[in-house]
Amino acid sequence: MSDYLVQAIGLRKSFGAVHAVNGVDFNIPAGEIYGLVGSDGAGKTTTMRLLVGALLPDSGEAAVCGFDVRKQIEQVRSQIGYLSQRFSMYEDLTVLENIRFFAEVRGLSSKEWLPRSLDILEFVGLANFKDRRAGQLSGGMKQKLGLASALVTRPRVLLLDEPTTGVDPVTRQDFWQLLIKLVSPPTQLPPSSGKMGGEQEGGRVSVLISTPYMDEAARCNRIGFMRHGQIIAEGAPSELRAILNERILELRGDPMPLLRRVARQDQDVEDVRAFGDRLHLRVGEKKAGDVLSRLPSAIRSEQGRVDDLRAVPPVLEDVFISLAESEND
Amino acid sequence: MLNSRIFSIIRKEFVQILRDPRTLILVIVMPIMQLFLLGYAATTDVRNIPMAVWDQSQTPQSRALLDAFRAANYFKISYSVGSTRDYQSLIESGKIRVVLVIPPDYDRRLLEGSAQVLMVLDGSDASIGSTALSTARLVGQSYATKISIERAALTGRPLSAAPPLDVRTQVWYNPDFDSAYFMIPGVIGMILSFITTILTATTIVRERERGTIEQLIVTPIRSWELVLGKLLPYVILAFVETFEIIIIGHMWFKVPVRGSLTLIIITSGLFLMSSLGIGLFASTMANTQQEAMLTVMMFNLPSIFLSGFFFPLEAMPPFLQLVSLAIPLRYYLVVIRALMLKGVGYEAIQSQIVALIIFGVVIMGAAALRFRKRLD
Repeated sequence: MSDYLVQAIGLRKSFGAVHAVNGVDFNIPAGEIYGLVGSDGAGKTTTMRLLVGALLPDSGEAAVCGFDVRKQIEQVRSQIGYLSQRFSMYEDLTVLENIRFFAEVRGLSSKEWLPRSLDILEFVGLANFKDRRAGQLSGGMKQKLGLASALVTRPRVLLLDEPTTGVDPVTRQDFWQLLIKLVSPPTQLPPSSGKMGGEQEGGRVSVLISTPYMDEAARCNRIGFMRHGQIIAEGAPSELRAILNERILELRGDPMPLLRRVARQDQDVEDVRAFGDRLHLRVGEKKAGDVLSRLPSAIRSEQGRVDDLRAVPPVLEDVFISLAESEND
Repeated sequence: MLNSRIFSIIRKEFVQILRDPRTLILVIVMPIMQLFLLGYAATTDVRNIPMAVWDQSQTPQSRALLDAFRAANYFKISYSVGSTRDYQSLIESGKIRVVLVIPPDYDRRLLEGSAQVLMVLDGSDASIGSTALSTARLVGQSYATKISIERAALTGRPLSAAPPLDVRTQVWYNPDFDSAYFMIPGVIGMILSFITTILTATTIVRERERGTIEQLIVTPIRSWELVLGKLLPYVILAFVETFEIIIIGHMWFKVPVRGSLTLIIITSGLFLMSSLGIGLFASTMANTQQEAMLTVMMFNLPSIFLSGFFFPLEAMPPFLQLVSLAIPLRYYLVVIRALMLKGVGYEAIQSQIVALIIFGVVIMGAAALRFRKRLD
């Protein structure tokens, strides 16, 4: 058995002529939060569904905790907690009834599920809502309920498909704090939630999370950028940002439409994007110096004003846009 | 066989049923509604059929015969006519359905024991016509018997073999022509096929429609456990409904339960396999609850019309009779009617039971094979 909790090799799945997942490889070790990042339709959800056995792969291999998802799917399922993109708890059951149902069908006895459920509801902050029907929870609370239900069997691997889509920023923060607590070594956990973390024999939990948000991607230990069913770049957020080191310039000035037009006309500027009240220019490799020296005069010659133009460290969004475009060429 | 996972599903299913007033109403109130609708409104009994009389005899004997018709309550003598043209126009205008013609020599022929009367029936409404026909025969027959007995008592001679009025009709089991007798066992069959197919199809499709199936899929529940856990609550409901109908039918409509209750339960269980199987099958083809409903209806409507529930099988064209052989409800109706009304034993309904077993196993098997615990 390998050291990786999740492994995928050449995973493929087509729906008719659409290659939803077109050769995906990744390995996730214990204790890692791995983020699948990509736009809608990139193949994130299908990848997740292949790993949990909700879909059968056309070809390729995948294993969770060393169990083959084709041949040992029931063992795989006993090791995972899965939160689907769409809310998939029963709206007509209460919070506690939902957790109880999914705990029992996943093999927890009636003695085990109740104390654990109460612990977990405390952990995710739903303890006061345990008798409320799931249909009457807010979007964020629903996601927390989903997470709580996924956690109740103490899975080794957590698969979360866009868990924070449509959730307010404060709840998103809470959610990420929970995830970080989950994967951290048990000694760092506060005593009250000690049962949630790495108490599991065999070590720490892995999380595979998909998200369209760059700020969330930045929180992962490693990310895989997905596009057209493939992972086109993979690494720690810092490694990915390094791809564009010295290639992002930040421009502030007035008027914006003029700045944008002039910047686009420059032969070494590959892309111009607005980031709030400033522009991010992506320039060709080793061209930053050239652009820095000639762009201000070009703008001034058109009666524009330049307040600031300088090289800045790239953010993940720059990297994502750049990768997405290079694939189009 | 019943492990804790299945029990969890069953309990969850019951909690959901109890919290869904629409399902509850469907399950509890629908059978009662159908029972009363079909027991009363859809009754094929016809009373007070308007009748004309052409009494050419005008004797005490002929008037006694008319009194017998009046007493039967099925006919209302509204016209007295004097010619063929008279009653023809009355029938054409729909003012009467039946004409009784008593010949001039009725009293003499009655003494000789060879009296004949003519019944002219409007056949445009088959149910009225058939009721009128059989009732008229029955009235004639019982009147003839009465005369024979009176005459035998009067003359001191033994009862003659030939009745003075020649009518050959025999009615078994239901001498009052009470259609509730016939309908109520049928309602059991209809409820068992309608409500169970609809509920099983929608309960499974609902999981897909609301997305909860995705969470169920990733649990270690096996397909058959999921199917069993989802279906068993509806088996229980179906039996509750069956007893609901039998009890109300027996107490209110006085329908007899002459056969063995055990056999009723066993055969109903066999028939349920087909119904649940059809519901399960529909659920594998539908993505929304509406689709599931429509799919189920495609099975249910022909099944109601071709099973002999409304229309007698014998009255159908040969082709449709052939089609009806493929309808499980057809066999169940024979079984449940025979068990309740005739009180037959196992031997009399053997072949129907075999048919129900075959249908149940085949339909349920095919549906279970189609049922996949996957999204694609």
